[in-house]
Amino acid sequence: MVKDNHSHSAEHVLNLRLRVWRQRRGQPGAFEEHALQGVSTSASFLEMMDMLNEKLVRDGKEPFAFDHDCREGICGMCSMTINGMPHGPLPGVTTCQLHMRNFRDGETITVEPWRARAFPVLRDLMVDRSGFDKVIQSGGFISIRAGSAPEANATPVPKDVSDAAMDAAECIGCGACVASCKNGSAMLFVGAKVTHLNLLPQGQPERDRRVLAMVRTMDDAGFGNCTNQGECQAHCPKGITLDVISHLNRDYLGARVKAFFSSTGKVRRGGD
Amino acid sequence: MALTGLVLVGFILGHLSGNLLFFKGPEVLNAYAQWLHENAALIWTARITLIVSVIAHIIAGISLTLENRAARAGGPAVEQTRRASWGSLTMPYTGLVVLGFIVFHLLHYTFQSVALGGQTFPLASNPAFTDVHAMLVAGFSHSGVSAFYIISLALLSLHLSHGVSSTFQTLGLRNERWRGRLDVLAVAFGWIVFLGFSAIPASVLAGCIK
Repeated sequence: MVKDNHSHSAEHVLNLRLRVWRQRRGQPGAFEEHALQGVSTSASFLEMMDMLNEKLVRDGKEPFAFDHDCREGICGMCSMTINGMPHGPLPGVTTCQLHMRNFRDGETITVEPWRARAFPVLRDLMVDRSGFDKVIQSGGFISIRAGSAPEANATPVPKDVSDAAMDAAECIGCGACVASCKNGSAMLFVGAKVTHLNLLPQGQPERDRRVLAMVRTMDDAGFGNCTNQGECQAHCPKGITLDVISHLNRDYLGARVKAFFSSTGKVRRGGD
Repeated sequence: MALTGLVLVGFILGHLSGNLLFFKGPEVLNAYAQWLHENAALIWTARITLIVSVIAHIIAGISLTLENRAARAGGPAVEQTRRASWGSLTMPYTGLVVLGFIVFHLLHYTFQSVALGGQTFPLASNPAFTDVHAMLVAGFSHSGVSAFYIISLALLSLHLSHGVSSTFQTLGLRNERWRGRLDVLAVAFGWIVFLGFSAIPASVLAGCIK
């Protein structure tokens, strides 16, 4: 495993060979090879991609399209599989927080988009992650009467419950779990969202409805099934653990059993 | 997969404990076999439960594998694995070999129609029953058959080393604290199954039991 050694204050430059995926929507794609000289070890991976694109533009060629936004590891936009690893070789960081000091001079780096049926390629390294949006729309919220903010202590939340919910809430929805999963499964993402909301008191009224709807939407969106290999946890930039999948399975089984045995209502006896 | 797998794990434990009577000598093993066959209700309940579980496990396994292959859409050009165990990555393949093994095993000792050279093994004290001990010794004296049994058992154990721990996760009964312990338990269970079952062909091949 590569270590991000921040004590390496000495800056070096790298000469790299890049194999980058080029694809237009709905058409088959292929790798393109480019040489890139003079990349600082202090540059982030996205800054290296910017350098490549500037060079392509200078040469009159088309730059590579890739997703990015905050560039500080919290927005969940960046999405590149680098040498077969979503977000690259350094565990616990997003692509934008991965620095070029983690690569060797002369190395060939393969850069490709998230690969999953539910994440079709829009262009080059950009994929359509609206499958995640559909899952959130189906249950990743709480319904409350909006108004002035309630008194902060009106709803007590035990510390351990709030800690576990906030750990799950750390998920930034980047999709590395799906990209790393050998089954293209979104269980870590859905598990994180269900665990986050189903643990908190505010999420209780819709608890069962939420888990049933989110799992159904996940299946409909074309994601695969979990076979408990744990690749998602090993590639999650936020360190979300398989505990959330266990929680999801528990809540889902409970909700299914409750729905099966739920009351069918009063028997109508006629009259007024 | 988890619920049917649990039934099959229960069967493996029962089958293993029965099989180990082999080392107690022909009388004990044959008495156990005779007792099983005299309790038709017990043996048929077990058989029907097993057949239903095996079929459900196979159907679930095939649909899971096909759905997951489609969802992966080919995967990345460069494939990297950080922590998925070898057992977990080979589940469909080890499962297929085990299925082939079960078919052979049934034809071999239950129907006695292959690899026994057409021999029959009537029990001297009651010819209506089979002398199971003599049948096992004759069957495992064939080194190719014994090797196939031992290799298949190794793959079954690899299958179990992921399956047993995975069952707890699927049922929502695992967390980070328990995951390591359950993984160790599953690997230990795999080894017990492998060593326990393969001791029989190994001891016959080594000439310890005749």
